[in-house]
Amino acid sequence: MKKLATLGVMTAAGLSAGAVSAATLDDVMARGQLNCGVTTGLVGFAAPNANGEWDGFDVGVCRAVAAAVLGDPTAVEFVPTTGKTRFTALASGEIDLLARNTTWTFSRDVDLGFEFVGINYYDGQGFMVPKELGVSSAKELDGATVCIQTGTTTELNLADYFRKNNLDYEPVPIETNSEAQPLYLEGACDVYTTDSSGLAATRAAFENPGDHVILPEIISKEPLGPLVRHGDNEWGDVARWTLNALIAAEELGVTSANIDELASGTNSPEINRLLGTEGTLGDMLGLDADWAVRAIKAGGNYGELFEKNIGENTPIGLARGLNAQWTDGGLLYAPPFR
Amino acid sequence: MSDTHAQSVAYVRDTMLPEQAPPVTEAGVIKWMRENLFKGWFNSILTIVSLYFIYQIVTGAFPWFANGIWSTSSLAECREVLDGATGACFSVLTERWNQLLFGFKYPSEGYWRPTLAFVFLIVALAPALYPAAPRKMLFFTGLYPFIAFWLIWGGTILIPLMVLIGVIAGYFAFKRFERQSFAMGMLAGLLAAVVVIWAGGLIPSLLPGFLALEAVPSRDLGGFMLNMILGTVCVSLSLPIGILLALGRQSSMPIIKWICVIFIEFIRGVPLITLLFVANVVLAYFFPPDANIDLVLRVIIMITMFASAYIAEVIRGGLAALPRGQYEAADSLGLDYAQSMRLIILPQALKISIPGIVNVAVGLFKDTTLVSVISMFDLVGMIRGPILASTEWNGVYWELWGFAVFVFFIVCFSISKYSQWLERQLATDHR
Amino acid sequence: MSSISDPPSGSFQLSMLINDTRYRSYTFQFVALLLLIMAFAYLGYNLISNLQAAGLNISYQFLGEPAGYDINQTLIPYTSQSTHWQASLVGVLNTLLVALLGCLMATIIGVVVGVLRLSNNWLVRQLMSVYVEIFRNVPVLIWILIIMAIFVAVLPQPRDFRGDDPEATMVLGAFAFTGRGFYSPAPIFGPLSGIVIAVFLASIAGIFALRSYAKKALFDRGQVIKTFWPSVAIFFLPTIIVYFVLGRPITLEYPALTGFNFQGGIFMRNSLISLWFALSIYTAAFIAENVRAGILAVSKGQTEAAASLGLRPGRIMNLVVLPQALRVIVPPLISQYLNLTKNSSLAIAVGYMDLTGTLGGITLNQTGRAIEAIFLLMLFYLAISLAISAIMNVYNNSVRLKER
Repeated sequence: MKKLATLGVMTAAGLSAGAVSAATLDDVMARGQLNCGVTTGLVGFAAPNANGEWDGFDVGVCRAVAAAVLGDPTAVEFVPTTGKTRFTALASGEIDLLARNTTWTFSRDVDLGFEFVGINYYDGQGFMVPKELGVSSAKELDGATVCIQTGTTTELNLADYFRKNNLDYEPVPIETNSEAQPLYLEGACDVYTTDSSGLAATRAAFENPGDHVILPEIISKEPLGPLVRHGDNEWGDVARWTLNALIAAEELGVTSANIDELASGTNSPEINRLLGTEGTLGDMLGLDADWAVRAIKAGGNYGELFEKNIGENTPIGLARGLNAQWTDGGLLYAPPFR
Repeated sequence: MSDTHAQSVAYVRDTMLPEQAPPVTEAGVIKWMRENLFKGWFNSILTIVSLYFIYQIVTGAFPWFANGIWSTSSLAECREVLDGATGACFSVLTERWNQLLFGFKYPSEGYWRPTLAFVFLIVALAPALYPAAPRKMLFFTGLYPFIAFWLIWGGTILIPLMVLIGVIAGYFAFKRFERQSFAMGMLAGLLAAVVVIWAGGLIPSLLPGFLALEAVPSRDLGGFMLNMILGTVCVSLSLPIGILLALGRQSSMPIIKWICVIFIEFIRGVPLITLLFVANVVLAYFFPPDANIDLVLRVIIMITMFASAYIAEVIRGGLAALPRGQYEAADSLGLDYAQSMRLIILPQALKISIPGIVNVAVGLFKDTTLVSVISMFDLVGMIRGPILASTEWNGVYWELWGFAVFVFFIVCFSISKYSQWLERQLATDHR
Repeated sequence: MSSISDPPSGSFQLSMLINDTRYRSYTFQFVALLLLIMAFAYLGYNLISNLQAAGLNISYQFLGEPAGYDINQTLIPYTSQSTHWQASLVGVLNTLLVALLGCLMATIIGVVVGVLRLSNNWLVRQLMSVYVEIFRNVPVLIWILIIMAIFVAVLPQPRDFRGDDPEATMVLGAFAFTGRGFYSPAPIFGPLSGIVIAVFLASIAGIFALRSYAKKALFDRGQVIKTFWPSVAIFFLPTIIVYFVLGRPITLEYPALTGFNFQGGIFMRNSLISLWFALSIYTAAFIAENVRAGILAVSKGQTEAAASLGLRPGRIMNLVVLPQALRVIVPPLISQYLNLTKNSSLAIAVGYMDLTGTLGGITLNQTGRAIEAIFLLMLFYLAISLAISAIMNVYNNSVRLKER
């Protein structure tokens, strides 16, 4: 009797295990909530604010996807992940979408079996040193003690860079940003290295940000983007085109301020298709017609998200740089909506 | 002297001399000091070194404590107030008090809930810990897990209530079938509990707002509260499992014995941190993707496994220490295995094992700080992460770590003192 | 077995599997085995289907690929081009290094404290029990982090040694205590240094020979040969003479501040030192209790008997009490060593690159091979603890009272 029951439970669980991998979109809709993996806390990208609500650039992507799929930008469960746990969390189905400034690399895409749905921030690894050391270039760092935030591609880039330039260094691996900070400030390491956006965010939190300089060398390409599990193309499409919708909205001049007006119909067919007044793009995704309207309304278009969270008027103060629209000399280039 | 001294000397004392005070060096404080502090040159050197050491610590720490600042809102402000003098910035403790105790995500209007749960914990533990307490309080101890769950995690009270009803149903079913055999009783109890809980599980979804507190997801738990929850839950869960494992290891059935041996030796052979890594990055692969077992639960599973292996070894020691005659006496009374274990062997074996179990419990409570390594924000995690990294409190090491040391010391020291007291209370053998 | 309870062989019924104690154990075992297999099948099935769904597989090929990252403390040659396997080996050696250093220091502190807790000096006794209680009752992770934090915050950094009027100076011009670690001179072995070392080893062998000769003389002829001063002479003189005759082949390399850091000499990193110290003082508190219990376990009659033979207190300790106490002390001592080794995996909290830091840390992050890396990690610790248990069993058998 008992054995039979156990067997039944096992079979049921097994069946559901086999079935779940394919239809994340249905799961999310049935659950009424998107599980989104973010960092454990990096101001500007994803960090809980004073009220305990998550805020930031990556968080904005999660909210946009939730708004597009579920119609509610707050229907997101944010799962803080570390460099170590993020891939397991995604692979095991604990989260549906990982938006945790993760670098798009060949092996992650191919070997680990994930699908990067696009790039939401073009980054590169940089160095921060105290001004008093008088260092102006990374080439002068021979013999320095370098604090590295592990769990990203940083160690590898650093090893490659110093090897290539025939420099010697002493690596000090640190698990999280908050542990690295006191080590660097107390002088236990001369240099702190991580993605330059992370450096800017870290420096912004210092008591005297002016005492530290970020060196001009960017030693790696770090295209950061959200990712999903491999093999579930419907879900991947939803995430990819939500991100593209945010980027395209900025290019087309659709903002959270004027979107209601534009959504009633314009004479630009591309905007109409994007906002669902023309064509059936939403249907093709398995969503309704004004999915993109909701996604853009959630936190604004790409440019608005950027300005609000990490732009020049925030403490982090990042310039658009590579992350400007292609029309402004940047790399952001959303495929056409048709 | 001559034997005719009475005549040969001029004067003979015929009264006793009054007793003289001992020499100064052989009495009172000085004698004590001579014997306990300055006996021989080596001891004298040791004493002087120790005195110097104590002097250094006191003169170093006293002004630091005395000048402590309790009411600023950042380190810079605190240093301004101190104005170069030695002094502690205890204001980090007052300002971050709630974060240290409850983590940074627990809803602040709900802080009374874990506090109340903690007070109830003491009440619930009283009858278990203090033999003289009224037996009726055990009733409350039985209710406690359900109350605490409701208080800490929130949600409707119906969920813990249904589980409670299930457990009660299981208990009655067990009583009903226990006559036939212990195993039958267990099976019936289990079945009844599962059926009732499953059936009752439908009710909370109908009335989600009934007596509901604001629901708090377990990843929002943090601070010292998380250490307490992990410690209490894992120790209480690991006790029954540990007993079963110990009995299994003593069993004469080879397969069961070997399953238990391999489990115990494996768990004891690896560091807890690797088990936490398993909870963190591997365990999710072993469950169906929609099982959605959150991190705190996974950590509880792994720590419970860890603790039960250690407790099993302690109880095995207790079982082995019992004289063979006790087993034989039980057999000769015609008791079956379950009866003899329940009525004769385990009560004695557990009593012998109490000091060991408490040691494991203290060790386990200390080990709950390891969860900070897998980025959970317990007391240590809060200090290392959000507090020390914040702009206001960057660099306040002594005060924060001193606080952590203080809190853990108080709890662990009192538990071990308690266990020594209990050991004396339970010593019923005649020496 | 009496004939009454023996049922006739032909009448085996299924119900006997539950009701007959002779067969019931088979039923139980069968059910247990079945449940176990089902549990494993369930977990294994989930694992396989989850991995399949994610397009992953279990493979150890990553161990042969270049690691690509640098490690600061390497006891064997290692560069960023070495394989993950070599990185793991570096980690293993670092684990063993800190465990070995920790065990040594914990034993020394623990024995001293344990003996002092029984001292007749009241003040020392109190101090030692305060030490034991404080360190035993606070998690080792907190001690590791405290020592690291204080290390970094209190000691001067290399930048403080710089300039014309530096805030900090080197001790004796040879040792530098910085927040990054300790620098001390390192010996440089010249071409003829092998001879000096050989002479030194030979003189140590000579001391042992002298001692055993003296002992033999004492036992055989009752002749007392003084060995202390001759031993000192043998220890120092030949080596020093050879050292100068050969023209000082061994020189010291002093650390010097160049660029960002001190260069040259021996460098012990702050992570190693804080881990080592924290593990030692924490474990020492437990060892002290074991030592105390062991000494107390030797009955007072033994001490009194020895005293009545006219032995001095030091000799009573060495010849009568300690040999008997060791039998009690060593088994828990070895399990403390085991605990220390397992606790050394907390290295990850201070960035010491032990096995948890390399294989379980950066390698795991870089390759994403969580299951494989953690499996290997557990296997390593399991092997270590099984090895230590084996040693303990051998010891227990060898010191067991030979009762006849």
